[in-house]
Amino acid sequence: MKNPKRASASPKRSFDNPKSALETLEQDLEALRLRTGLAVANPDELDRLRADVAALKREFYANLSPWQRTQLARHQNRPYPLDYIRLLFEDFSEIYGDRLFGDDSAMIAGMARFHGRPCVVLGQQKGRDTRQRLARNFGQAKPEGYRKALRVMRLAAKFGRPIFTLIDTPGAYPGIDAEERGQAEAIARNLREMMRLPVPILVTITGEGGSGGALAIAVGDRIHMLENSIYSVISPEGCASIMWRDAGKAELAAGALRITAPDLLSLGLIDEIIPEPEGGAHHDHVAAAALLDPVLVRNLDELDGLAVGQMLDRRYQKFRHMGQFFEELPV
Amino acid sequence: MAWFKRDKDSIQDPVPPEERRVRTEGMWEKCASCRKIIWKKDLDANWQVCPKCDHHFKLSAVRRLELLLDDGIWNEHDANLSSTDPLEFTDTRAYKQRLIDAHKKLGMRDAIITAEGRIEGRPAIVCAMEFGFIGGSMGAVVGEKVTRAIELATSKREPLVIVSCSGGARMMEGTTSLMQLAKVSGALSRLDDARLPYISVLTDPTTGGVTASYAMLGDLNIAEPGALIGFAGPRVIEQTIRQKLPAGFQRSEFLLQHGFLDAIVPRKELKAYLANALNFFLS
Ligand SMILES: [Zn+2]
Repeated sequence: MKNPKRASASPKRSFDNPKSALETLEQDLEALRLRTGLAVANPDELDRLRADVAALKREFYANLSPWQRTQLARHQNRPYPLDYIRLLFEDFSEIYGDRLFGDDSAMIAGMARFHGRPCVVLGQQKGRDTRQRLARNFGQAKPEGYRKALRVMRLAAKFGRPIFTLIDTPGAYPGIDAEERGQAEAIARNLREMMRLPVPILVTITGEGGSGGALAIAVGDRIHMLENSIYSVISPEGCASIMWRDAGKAELAAGALRITAPDLLSLGLIDEIIPEPEGGAHHDHVAAAALLDPVLVRNLDELDGLAVGQMLDRRYQKFRHMGQFFEELPV
Repeated sequence: MAWFKRDKDSIQDPVPPEERRVRTEGMWEKCASCRKIIWKKDLDANWQVCPKCDHHFKLSAVRRLELLLDDGIWNEHDANLSSTDPLEFTDTRAYKQRLIDAHKKLGMRDAIITAEGRIEGRPAIVCAMEFGFIGGSMGAVVGEKVTRAIELATSKREPLVIVSCSGGARMMEGTTSLMQLAKVSGALSRLDDARLPYISVLTDPTTGGVTASYAMLGDLNIAEPGALIGFAGPRVIEQTIRQKLPAGFQRSEFLLQHGFLDAIVPRKELKAYLANALNFFLS
């Protein structure tokens, strides 16, 4: 049986709208199935079509626009740090409070075991429903959150335990109370101190890496990004409203800012991209965690092989070399 | 300064009053605080401080160094570093064009001067940010120049002073700008390990990524009176909490009251304050 549409739907063809091409293929497949009936007169053709659909799907998800990835990074079913902790770590015991002002539930931190080994894990936690979102302040930490994080990281340093941080925040909370309690100072201090904590720090951007509020727990020896996460100096909406004076230009800003994992890898700002299950991490938390696990194991192993001084020097040099510039005047 | 001359000429010229008004336009400045009219040359002679009410206007990076360094003399470092426009960023205008315009206007390649000079005889590394250059924003060039200045202070065992005046990280260089916060803060951890003094001077305005990195990491964090200092900008906060901000919010005096500044120092006392503090740390 010849299907005239088949050639034109080949994944090698360049298409403007992969989604509609996918839908066409799926319709073809369904039509074929109906025509062949239960007997499946031409199983080879059916298999080829299925392979085409799978290839197109892969290509579609590999070529998401920066704005589409932003949507995935913010997806409400995306696994959050507490999901990864449940799936990748054992014996998690949360540590609360900064011992200065209070506890911040937008930032979670605690003791845990990673493949049996004692460690510290922390991250920004968003909520999944309205009640949780309010309780977690949408994952936007205040100074007490960053100070709690530093307190727990220092605990890890004191007892020689590695630190895992999981980043997922729209940004540090912009509010009166946060300013009164020194939001900028809290973030700045973390940046300086994380650079010299004498234990391995493995950073993973799992969702939104929102500016200084993300970076405040993202200085480390290895910076990983999930395939559909983003990491940006400002949200696309914020950039659009400042630079275009129109928040509606967010899609444009998302592209201009180059905030996707492949962009940041090519700019030399991250070390490695963690693949996600097909369609995104929100489709399958277990599979997403399973893809992250071996990367963390391998990198922790590598860091274990370094003397502390060497590790700190490499950490320093990693950030030292971020950013390009012309040294001489252009002719 | 050409406008000194023009000023004199216009006074000597027998021009009708309405024409004189046109020709003297741009020579006055209305004080944002006391609303009085001030001659620009008086303002400049007074280091951009209102002679009537002591309101602190912004001071250029060059004038700042003239104010702080002995005999107004310094060795500038890395003046040729310039942006590569790594993202080829364009919004309503091309970032490349903004860089060219800022360079034409100021003769600088980016938003900071890093220099070595003397403060009352004591050698020091001093950096001054230039708000006129794309809002004093920090991209890769500012991040690199500040980092080099810190590393130089560390290797030469000299004290460091950074005068901040910045809207924060430079959006047009994207995540690279964000990473400068970590890079500079990391360099400061080494200066700190070396037990060398760093005094951060916050001037109007110091917000965003600059506040959330080196501006808040001094052994002393001091500010000029009335400076806007914060992490989030006031407009962003207003939009988030949907209410008006209290008077004086995020000003120097507010930060001092909440424990985030060590002192508020008027511009005219700044050099003496720095000299005294460095004597305390180093003699
Ligand atoms: Zn005045």
